[in-house]
Amino acid sequence: MTLTPRSLVVAGLLVFLALVPAYVAATGNAFLMTLFTRIIILAIAATSLNLILGYGGMVSFGHAVYLGVGGYAVGILAYEGVASGFAQWPVAIGVSALLALIVGALSLRARGVYFIMITLAFAQLVYYFGVGLDRYGADDGLTVYRRSQFGELINLSNRTVFYYLCLLLLIGTIYLVWRLINSRFGLVVQGARSNDRRMRAIGFPTYRYRLTCFVVAGAICGLAGALLANHTGFISPATMHWTRSGDLIVMVVLGGMASSFGPLIGAVTLLVLEELLPVLIRLLASGFVEPQVAVKVSEYWQIVLGPLFLLVVLFARGGINGLLEGMRRG
Amino acid sequence: MADALIEIDRLTKHFGGVVASDGITLTIPQGELHAIIGPNGAGKSTLIGQLTGEIAPDSGLIRFEGRDITTLPVYRRSALGLARSFQITSLFLDFTTLDNVALAVQAHAGHSFRFWRNARTDAALREPARAVLAQVGLAQRADELCANLSHGEHRQLEIAMALATRPRMLLLDEPMAGMGPDESARMVQTLKALKSRLTILLIEHDMEAVFALADRITVLVYGRVIACDVPAAIRANAEVRKAYLGAPDEQAGEQVAHG
Amino acid sequence: MLLFLEQCLNGLQFGLLLFLLAAGLTLVFGIMDLVNLAHGSLYMVGAYFAATFVALTDSFLLGAVLALGATVVVGMAVEVVALRRLYGRDHLDHVLGTFGLILFFNEAVRIVWGPAGLTLRLPDWLSTSVRVLPGLDYPTYRIAIIVTALAVALFLYVLVMRTRIGMLIRAGASNREMTGALGINIGLLYTLVFGLGAALAALAGLMQAPIQTVQIGMGENILILAFVVIIIGGIGSIRGAFIAAIMVGLIDTIGRAFLPDLLRLVLSSRGASTVAPALSSMLIYLVMAIVLVVRPAGLFPVSSK
Repeated sequence: MTLTPRSLVVAGLLVFLALVPAYVAATGNAFLMTLFTRIIILAIAATSLNLILGYGGMVSFGHAVYLGVGGYAVGILAYEGVASGFAQWPVAIGVSALLALIVGALSLRARGVYFIMITLAFAQLVYYFGVGLDRYGADDGLTVYRRSQFGELINLSNRTVFYYLCLLLLIGTIYLVWRLINSRFGLVVQGARSNDRRMRAIGFPTYRYRLTCFVVAGAICGLAGALLANHTGFISPATMHWTRSGDLIVMVVLGGMASSFGPLIGAVTLLVLEELLPVLIRLLASGFVEPQVAVKVSEYWQIVLGPLFLLVVLFARGGINGLLEGMRRG
Repeated sequence: MADALIEIDRLTKHFGGVVASDGITLTIPQGELHAIIGPNGAGKSTLIGQLTGEIAPDSGLIRFEGRDITTLPVYRRSALGLARSFQITSLFLDFTTLDNVALAVQAHAGHSFRFWRNARTDAALREPARAVLAQVGLAQRADELCANLSHGEHRQLEIAMALATRPRMLLLDEPMAGMGPDESARMVQTLKALKSRLTILLIEHDMEAVFALADRITVLVYGRVIACDVPAAIRANAEVRKAYLGAPDEQAGEQVAHG
Repeated sequence: MLLFLEQCLNGLQFGLLLFLLAAGLTLVFGIMDLVNLAHGSLYMVGAYFAATFVALTDSFLLGAVLALGATVVVGMAVEVVALRRLYGRDHLDHVLGTFGLILFFNEAVRIVWGPAGLTLRLPDWLSTSVRVLPGLDYPTYRIAIIVTALAVALFLYVLVMRTRIGMLIRAGASNREMTGALGINIGLLYTLVFGLGAALAALAGLMQAPIQTVQIGMGENILILAFVVIIIGGIGSIRGAFIAAIMVGLIDTIGRAFLPDLLRLVLSSRGASTVAPALSSMLIYLVMAIVLVVRPAGLFPVSSK
C-alpha cells in the first residue's frame, strides 16, 4: 500500500476506531462509545447506499427504510418473544431484501429523476405503514428491551463486544462491496451508470443487474438496521423517514461517492460535526455576544449544513475522499 | 433469398405528422458492404434505430438470418450478432479504453452474475479486448482514460466495441463524422479490412468513402428508398443526382474516380 | 350523498393545488432541464410569508400579493446565487444540490419564524359559504381556490400551447435553440422562468395555508405527492399531470374521509380506527404502485421515440 494522504487518513481512522474502547475504558467516557458505535452502524448503511448510489448511479431517497425494516424485524420479534439473534437477524436481512426486490422491480424501469421521485414515494409509503403499526408503538416507536441473543457465542449486552462486532461487520461490508464492485457484476453496474444505452447496445440486460445490486444494498442496510435497534434499544418510523435517507446520501457524497472508505469518512465527518459545530459556534459567539445568545446561535448550526453540502456538490464533487486523492498529485 | 443476412420489409415509422420511414424494403446479403446515403432528415438514423431495437416501427418486418427480430429488445439483438456504432459517440468515458472494449467482450462471455473475482485481471476478457484494440490501431492507448482520447480515437473505439461483440453484421452510423482527411482514410482502410469477414450496413455522408467501400448503395429521401443499386449506377442515376448528389456541374461524386 | 359530493369538491380543490405544484416543477424541468427538489421549500416559504404579511397588513389580498412577490424575489435570488451553476450538470447534481437547499430553507425558516407553526386566519368575507346544492353549503374560500387554480391552469395552457416560448418547451428545445429562436438573454429568461415556478409554488402554498397549519417540512410532504402526480400522469405529459392531479386529489381526500367507515364494515371498530389513518396516508402511494405495475410509464406518457 502506497503512502498517500488518503491512505494515511484511512489508516489513521481505522486505528482510531479500533482504539476507541480502550480510550473509553481508560477515561470512563461512555458517550464516546455510544457515539462511535452509532457512527459505525450508520457507516455500514452508508456503504450499502454507496453501492447503488456511488457506483450504480441509482439515487435512492428511500434507503433508510431498510434501516427501519431491519430494526423492526428485531423489535417485533423481540416483542413477540423471539429474542434469538439467529432468528431475528436473518429475518431482518431477508425482509429487507424482499422489500428491496419489490421496490426496485417497480422503480428501476424508470430513469433518472423519475426513479428518484418513485423512491421518495415508496419511502413515504413504508413510513406511513410504520406509523400505522399500532401494536408495535405506531408513531411513538417500539422499545427493544433485550439485545439479540446469541447464546454462548457472543454477548451483545457488553458494549465493548458489541462495538467490536459492529466494527468487524463494517470492515467486512467495505471489503464485500470492494470485491463486488470490481467483479464482472460490479463492472456491469458501473457501466450501466456510466452509459446504460451503450450497455444495452453491446448486449447487457442491465435491468436485472441493477435490480440485484439494489437488493444486495437493501439487505446490507437491513443488517445495519438490526444493529441499530440493538444499539439504541428503540425503533420508530422516524428512522425510515425520507429525510433520514437524505442524511445517508449526505454522508456518501460528503465522504466521497464511488470510493471504498468515502461513506465511512462521511459518516464520521457528519456525526462528529453534529456534535462539534454547536460547541464551536457557541465558543466563537461567546467572544462577541452574551452566553445565552451564544447558546441560541449555536442551536442554529444546522443552517450551515445545507449550503456546505451544496458547495461540496458544486466544487468538491468527489467529496473528502476526492480532495485527499487530489492532494496526492498536488 | 438463401444468403440474405438481413431483410427489411416495408418498414414504416411516423413521428406525429412526420413520416420518418416510408415502407422501406431492403435486403442485404451476407458479406456485402451496403451504404445508405441521403440528405439530412431522410430518416437514416430512424432506420438504424429500428434495426437496433431502440425505436419500435409502426409496421413492417425485420428479419435477421431468417429470424423475425422486429420486436426483440436491444440487448438481445446484440446476442444474435448485430452490432452497432453510434453517430454521436456513446462510450464509457470514465473507464479506460481497454475497460470499454473488455465490457463489450464480457457481454458475450456468458452471464455476469459473478461477484467475487476481479474482472480487470481476467485474461479471458482482457486478451480478446487487447486484440480488438490492436485491430483498430488503438493498442497503445489501452490504459488511457476514455475521456482523454481524441474525437477520431473515440470513433475508432466505437468500431472496436462493435467488433468485440463478435458480430455477424455491423451497423455503422456515420463513423467518419467530424474526422479529418487522415483519420477518414485510416477508417476507410479499417473498414476495407473488415469487408471480407463481416456484413456491413454503412450510413455515411462522406461520399469519397462511400464510393470507395460500398458494394451497393441505397438512397433514402424523406424516408423512402428512391434507388438501390451498385455505385456506378447510383452515380449515373438522374433522380439521385437531383435529390442528393447535386447538379451535373457541381459533382462531388465525379471527383471520386478512384474507387 | 351530500357528504360525498362535498368531499369530491375538496378533492378537486386539492387536486388542482397539486397540479399547480406539478406544473411549476415541470416548467422548470422543461425549460432549464433542472430538477428542483427545493420546489416544496418555495411552497413553504410562500405560506410563511402569507401568514406574516396578512397579519401585518390585516388584509388577506394584500398579504397574499406581498407573499407572492416576496417568494418570487427569494426564488430568483436563489436561482442567481446558487442554481445557475447547476445548469448543464448531471441530474444527480441537481438533486443533491437542491436537497442542500431544502436543508437550508428548513433551518432558515426555523430561525426566522421559530419551530412552532403559524396559522393564517381567513378574513370574514372569505369565511362564508355558498349554497352549491340544496343542503350543501360549501366554503367560499375553497371555491375561490378552485376558480383561481383553474384560471392559472388556463394561463399555463395558453402559455405552453399558444406562445413561441411554449412551443419551444414542447419541442424540448435546447439552450442554444431557444436563444436563437427568441433572440433574448438566456440567463434572464431562466431567472424569470424560475421566478414563475416560484410564484406557482407560492400561490399553492398561500392558498393552502388557511386550510392546513403552516409548518416546517410542509413543502416536502406535498412535493412528494406532486411527484406521484407526475409519475401516475406519465412522464413529460402536462395533460396527464392534470388528469392525474385531479385523480390523486380525489382519491386522497375521499379515501381519508370514507376509509374509516369502510374499514369498520370489515374490521372491529377499534381495529378500524387505528389502521384507518395510516392506510389513508398510504392509499395514494399504493395506487401509484399499482399503476407502475400495470403501466410502468404512467397513464398518459408522451409516446417514446
